[in-house]
Amino acid sequence: MLVAISSKGNSMECMMDPRFGRAEYFIIADTDTMEFEVVENAAAVAGGGAGITSGQLMIDKDVQAVITGNIGPNAMSVLAAANIEIYRGVSASVKENVEKLNKGLLEEISKTVPPHSGING
Amino acid sequence: MKVGILSGKGGTGKTTVSASLAAVVPSCQYIDCDVEEPNGAIFLKPELKEKSPVKVLVPEIDMTKCNFCGLCAKACQFNAIAVVKDKVLVFPEICHHCGACKIACPNDAILEVERTIGVVEANEDGTFLQGKLDVGEPISIPIINELKKHIKEDRFVILDCPPGASCAVVNSIEGCDYCVLIAEPTPFGLHDIKIAVQLVKNMGIPFGVVLNKASNDNRSIHHFCQSEGIEILMAIPFSKEIAEGYSKGILPVEINDLWNEKFKKLYEKIEGGAHK
Repeated sequence: MLVAISSKGNSMECMMDPRFGRAEYFIIADTDTMEFEVVENAAAVAGGGAGITSGQLMIDKDVQAVITGNIGPNAMSVLAAANIEIYRGVSASVKENVEKLNKGLLEEISKTVPPHSGING
Repeated sequence: MKVGILSGKGGTGKTTVSASLAAVVPSCQYIDCDVEEPNGAIFLKPELKEKSPVKVLVPEIDMTKCNFCGLCAKACQFNAIAVVKDKVLVFPEICHHCGACKIACPNDAILEVERTIGVVEANEDGTFLQGKLDVGEPISIPIINELKKHIKEDRFVILDCPPGASCAVVNSIEGCDYCVLIAEPTPFGLHDIKIAVQLVKNMGIPFGVVLNKASNDNRSIHHFCQSEGIEILMAIPFSKEIAEGYSKGILPVEINDLWNEKFKKLYEKIEGGAHK
């Protein structure tokens, strides 16, 4: 399956970004082959609506799951509408998070954090 | 003439000065543009008889016509729309009511529907107006625009602005003949008055400074104004008497005649400054 991980950098070795809407990058990885694509997140510097646009990006990229730290209410609405699963990652590299997901070690997120939590985070 | 009272930093005395001017200038009009927290009414005690809701237009999707092409979401500069396979999510609080989505839709599937975001209130003769943004609403501009439609051009109009120097302030002082910048002599006060000065200069509006909570211990605003060639129109001292009055909703001009005279002089200076 295709999973998007919010990332602080542009490779599998980079740390996961705990923010979803304002993450600098998304690494979109195939959990079977570990092949991946790097997507720069234009919404990281958006004036507003970053979560919504980041959510739209997940839909446009056809991902089935997201690994991130926290997720805001608007992003949650968009991902929920598209039935995209959301997992709480750990403070580690993107690669380690994908491996943990494959082993079933990541918890699914059902609660949001307040709006704008990712600003200046 | 229209005068905007702004400050950059909050809590420097915009409303004290605005309401005091309103109290001493005969047949003027006072407009509270600080629609997130209007408080001029506490001092001026108007009888608010007129109340009209402020409405904005937000998109609603006609699902019988939508083919989920996603052009509306792409057109939205504020990220207020997401198109999810067979659903379209609209986030009305984020919408800036520009109508671009409606123009972008090739299938005429977007309707615009009214949404109330606040209220404009006025006294009977329209000499006191205030706007109130509903709690949780992030965009105040439509309410300020609505307030400004009621400006009485033949009067001395006082626009009590929101704090800061962002859109809401720009919108409030646009079209003003003069601005009064309220400054307090603190490091934050100095930092923010510099931003407010840049703003009014960029907008080409003549202005002067009123120094509030003035004290000989800190003359940073004096020094700044001197070096920039900015006139200090008036200095209100750091005074227990004024603070006590304020805490009870009493204006300096109601405390004694001295302040009444001083604010009348301020009015004359503003009139003079605008016609230079």
